[in-house]
Amino acid sequence: MFTGLMLNTWIAGTVVAVIAGVTGFFAVLRGSTFAAHAIPNGAFAGAAGATLLGFNPLAGLAVFSVAGALGIAALSRRARNDVATALTLVMMLGVGALFVSWSTEYAQEAYALLFGEVFGVSTDEVVPILVLGALSIAAIAVMFRPLLLSSVLPEVAEARGVSARGMELGFLLVMALATSMTVPVVGALLMFSLMIGPSAAARSLTARPVLAMALAVVLALVTVWTGIVASYVSNWPLGFFVGVIGAFFFLAGRAYRAATGRFRPRVA
Amino acid sequence: MRYIFEPGFFASGPVHVALAVGAVVAITSAVVGVFTVIRGQSFAGHSLADIATTGGSGAFLVGINQFWGFLAFGAGAAAFMEMIGVQRRRGRDVATGVVLGAALGLAALFLYLGTQSSSTTGASFTILFGSIFVITTSTIPALIASALLALATVVVLARVLLLSSLSSDIAAARGVPVRAVGAAFLMALAVSVALSAVIIGAVLSTALLIGPAATALRLARSPIKAVVTAAVLGVLAVWIGIVLAYDSYYWPPAGRGWPVSFFVVTLVVAGYLLTFLRRRPRRSAPHDSHDPEHACSPA
Amino acid sequence: MTLPPTGDLLRLEDVSVRLGGREILTDVSLRIRPGEFTGLIGPNGAGKTTLLRVILGLQPVTTGEVLLDGAPRPHRDSSIGYVPQKLAIEPDMPLRVRDVVSLGLDGQKFGLRLPSRARRELVSDMLTAVGAQRYADARVGELSGGEQQRVMIAHALISRPKLLLLDEPLANLDISSEQGIVSVLARLARAEDVAVLLSAHDMNPLMPVMDRIVYVAAGRVAVGDADEVVQPEVLSRLYGRHVDVIRVHGRILVVAAPEGVEEVEAAAEDVGIAG
Repeated sequence: MFTGLMLNTWIAGTVVAVIAGVTGFFAVLRGSTFAAHAIPNGAFAGAAGATLLGFNPLAGLAVFSVAGALGIAALSRRARNDVATALTLVMMLGVGALFVSWSTEYAQEAYALLFGEVFGVSTDEVVPILVLGALSIAAIAVMFRPLLLSSVLPEVAEARGVSARGMELGFLLVMALATSMTVPVVGALLMFSLMIGPSAAARSLTARPVLAMALAVVLALVTVWTGIVASYVSNWPLGFFVGVIGAFFFLAGRAYRAATGRFRPRVA
Repeated sequence: MRYIFEPGFFASGPVHVALAVGAVVAITSAVVGVFTVIRGQSFAGHSLADIATTGGSGAFLVGINQFWGFLAFGAGAAAFMEMIGVQRRRGRDVATGVVLGAALGLAALFLYLGTQSSSTTGASFTILFGSIFVITTSTIPALIASALLALATVVVLARVLLLSSLSSDIAAARGVPVRAVGAAFLMALAVSVALSAVIIGAVLSTALLIGPAATALRLARSPIKAVVTAAVLGVLAVWIGIVLAYDSYYWPPAGRGWPVSFFVVTLVVAGYLLTFLRRRPRRSAPHDSHDPEHACSPA
Repeated sequence: MTLPPTGDLLRLEDVSVRLGGREILTDVSLRIRPGEFTGLIGPNGAGKTTLLRVILGLQPVTTGEVLLDGAPRPHRDSSIGYVPQKLAIEPDMPLRVRDVVSLGLDGQKFGLRLPSRARRELVSDMLTAVGAQRYADARVGELSGGEQQRVMIAHALISRPKLLLLDEPLANLDISSEQGIVSVLARLARAEDVAVLLSAHDMNPLMPVMDRIVYVAAGRVAVGDADEVVQPEVLSRLYGRHVDVIRVHGRILVVAAPEGVEEVEAAAEDVGIAG
């Protein structure tokens, strides 16, 4: 299980988990759960289109996920955030539906893009994943302090010259970037679970930002590694294990918080 | 006229069904959607649609009509969301997201198991993107009944929902069971979503739920006008979408037609974006214009 | 234990509220008579909002009794009108000002109702009474702070409550809006014989119209006339440390002892004394 092609799987899965933990931490912090779901889904439509036109699906993923990020950011300026996200998402999916319907033999690849095909990662796919992963992490590292401040205390951040809109756009773009390389591995629909479940659980365990982020990464790694083993053994899709384990971590976090009474109601 | 409607349109049985059922679903989605947007539950609405997908693939696996799968999983998820639901919006979104993630994981499993037992992978496309021209006639009574139920629920709750959205404290102080009302609304939402998932697909039912409603909210000021406008916009989008989808059988690539969901979504989003073109005259306020802080901040 | 009936509209007896391990309110007793205008004054975090929520029936008490017209709370009905501090609504909310006021009549009821001329006139009259007729057809989400306060007052009063509660209605308003709201409230309260309990952290705008003060600090209250309550000895006992009361330019300023220098400056700014 640890040789040859499987090595690629482990590498890809590990990188994806680290990215998911890092971006997911901020997604949960900022309440961007919907966007974390919408951007990968939109990216799927792009991959479909790219394949249709004969391009590398990764390019389609990148273009559509960035378009999604820009769309959400632009619409959010004039409309509610969740409405902006919903409409951007469905527009991209509508186009995706069109592309998928035009190609007859696409169903299998559509399934793979939606739900992931981690065992099919080839060596020349691992390299872009590593590169994009490194880029995403670097971007987050650079943005870390202003992004954190803007996420938690937006007015204070504005007063210090950190534009809330700028940070929102920057963060969405990083999510788009992260998405475009993780979608082939865990799939559009489930990259999101990997971002949200472990990060939400981490936040239930600690309020300290760096620790929470590290914890989110650790939990995401555990999720992916357990998933890979389980998927290898049972032949069931990786996405299934990611979704279920992520939910389990989230509930465990909530239970912990309830049990230790760390949840204190706010008082007027 | 000949150029708009391709031959056979008005004679086609499936088209009649599509138009009628489409209108019913559009109206239900629009009415429920107005309250969904007001309550900031667009993500829940979309999640319930995706979760309904899981129900659909489960039903496909077991061999029963997708609609029952949609309904069962949708209502079940709504109940679950309500149970682990948190009052603050962010907590609610994360909880919704986790339920969604788990459901999608299950969907992956169901679809995978489905393809193991039979070789059709086209089913996933139908579940996701809809089948308005192939609605099983036996489900139509159930569709209509569910639509009426969802509509009736929302109509009965309309005032209370508006009051709660204005201020949940005022509502609670006046004896409104705010949480129970929220749960009932979520159920109506789940039913509405299951419906639209059948005709344009789980993933895209969000478009009919949110699009016409969001557009109407930009155009109309009073609750009744908002609901009526949304319903009209929804029906128009569906009907024009059906016409275009039918016509598209003659468009390249020949013989297959473009999916109706593509047309409906494009129309809905285009309609929404068009509302940004008109400059709404802002009320001038001779007094109070130098308030240091407005009571509600723009989104 | 049932207490003998008095003519009081609202009565709290030894109310304490414990929340999340902290005691928010301790032994609060107060009475409000019909038609009385009472200011609920105190610094932020003192427990004013909690006290209002207790009266509204939204917050259960740990000990003590709350009686409205002799009947124990919580009993949710329309005899108390409530104007919350801030409405968190989006600009796209499909409610015009007149729709909001109309909801004040029956927003808590289920089902449909047919429009009626009588209702429309009632809403119109109420809007005129608060001075909001001008923007009756505007979206409530697009109003300024002062405009919105008037609308919510109309909403609360249209069902003819006996008691009107307002949570920090004057916060975030400029001076002229402040004065406008206070005079509208006072006028309507007299006209409709509605008792008013209004919370604020600065008592000065209310001095002309207040009958009595309930001063809240650190979860405890002192009740009485402004002259009785706003005295160094009384307030020091409440706060649990030395407090000075300064009367200057006809205004009252409550300041903590030397450590609270920043509070003095902030407070001075609040009442318009140049710092």
